[in-house]
Amino acid sequence: MGIRRVMFTFPPERIDQPVIYNLGLKYNVVTNIRRADVTADRGWVILELEGAEEDIEGGLAWVAGLGIRVDPAAGDALEG
Amino acid sequence: MSYALSLRCRKCGGEYPLQAQNLCDFCFGPLDVAYDYKAMAASLTRDKIARGPVSMWRYADLLPIAGEPVDLGTGFTPLTRADNLGRLLGLEQLYIKNDCLNPTWSFKDRAVAVAVTKARELGFTTIACASTGNLAASVAAHAVKAGLKSYVFFPSDIEQGKIVSTAIHNPTLVAVQGSYDKVNHLCHRLVEAYGWGFININLRPYYAEGSKTLGYEIAEQLGWRSPDRILAPSASGLLFTRIWKGLNELSMLGLIGPVNTHMHCVQAAGSSPIVNAFENGTLHVLPVEPQTIAKSIAVGNPADGNYALKAARESGGTAASVSDDEIIEGIRLLAETEGIFSEPAGGVVIGALRKMAKSGIIRSQDVTVACITGSGLKTQEIVSDSVRPVTIEPSLQSFESMVCVPNVTAASD
Repeated sequence: MGIRRVMFTFPPERIDQPVIYNLGLKYNVVTNIRRADVTADRGWVILELEGAEEDIEGGLAWVAGLGIRVDPAAGDALEG
Repeated sequence: MSYALSLRCRKCGGEYPLQAQNLCDFCFGPLDVAYDYKAMAASLTRDKIARGPVSMWRYADLLPIAGEPVDLGTGFTPLTRADNLGRLLGLEQLYIKNDCLNPTWSFKDRAVAVAVTKARELGFTTIACASTGNLAASVAAHAVKAGLKSYVFFPSDIEQGKIVSTAIHNPTLVAVQGSYDKVNHLCHRLVEAYGWGFININLRPYYAEGSKTLGYEIAEQLGWRSPDRILAPSASGLLFTRIWKGLNELSMLGLIGPVNTHMHCVQAAGSSPIVNAFENGTLHVLPVEPQTIAKSIAVGNPADGNYALKAARESGGTAASVSDDEIIEGIRLLAETEGIFSEPAGGVVIGALRKMAKSGIIRSQDVTVACITGSGLKTQEIVSDSVRPVTIEPSLQSFESMVCVPNVTAASD
């Protein structure tokens, strides 16, 4: 089992879709939202995912495939 | 002595011991070091600081370290009056804070010195970072000095020449295949999987504090006062926020008067999430895909982006971006007027300074400090077309026919 802390940034066309619900359903990961800000034209959510490593990986790839940006909750580690 | 008390969540105020942890367990907000400022104020004076070493460690009492620092001689870099550049831009009180002159040629030494000192205090035997340049060199150098093992991760597609100044310190270099995003995700997983001190992840609260010393030095070198304006480049936003924090701490401790400094956040147009948010009037910094020659400040999802945005706004400052062409012009302008060869991040600062002077945002009488945070020696290829020698025969006649020399009488002994 693994735990991942991530931030999803939604494009306008995905804001009204139940992406996080479907992520839990399709990939058998527990989704736990900690902070979020969603308006009519933009949205971000910081959440924790818990599940089997391959399920988390598959789930995050599915989310990214929807055009939703997936970042580590702590921001970029890679610096100049 | 250290006046650090705990780590405190910037979002919800949750408190944690001084350990290797960067996010609040409850809300995932960033953790900051909390201090006993009352005790600090009772002990610190300008004289006491001025009697300290000529380095960042003169401010050791304001940092979260208890023991001997890992010291490469970082800090107390020159704050030079930039009259030539100022004259050109119509600025009468322009200063350059030249942080190129740190041991590994960038401001990162300030942050890394504190993080590595803390890593050693916390009992880490291995430290790590993910970087394409300045951070990597600084971590590798400090690890050697501290007697720690180090791992440096970087994207496999960067030019090998970029990491020579890191490799020379003999860390374990790991080239990671895939996008920059993949490197980011991997690093966060490494923190969970290994017992390492990851400089800008689980040691980030301490790493951040080292950057404050740039703000302290500016104030002290100006005769214990804060300037009217500071321009600093923003990547993760950490340096920008910590300069602001440093000035406000000095004021709170009674070491300088009220801070009326306007903070100007500058970024490359190809990687400007903070500037975008400032211009759009939003509260949240939305990530971008970086695309700029200013690699040292190309961070698409800045960890301290929201706080840099806040510092710019609450100080009455601004945020501005410049194009890659303007960056190169900025590098040249600084080199040709003040004799300082900066990396592209400095070109961003000078490019933005020029714009702000022209538009009247910065007035001629304003005491203005432009922070130059890294040396151009590591990024020479960007301005390699500057090399245009006149080729001559080895004779005086050839020299005089090919080179235009002003008509002067030769000096005689």
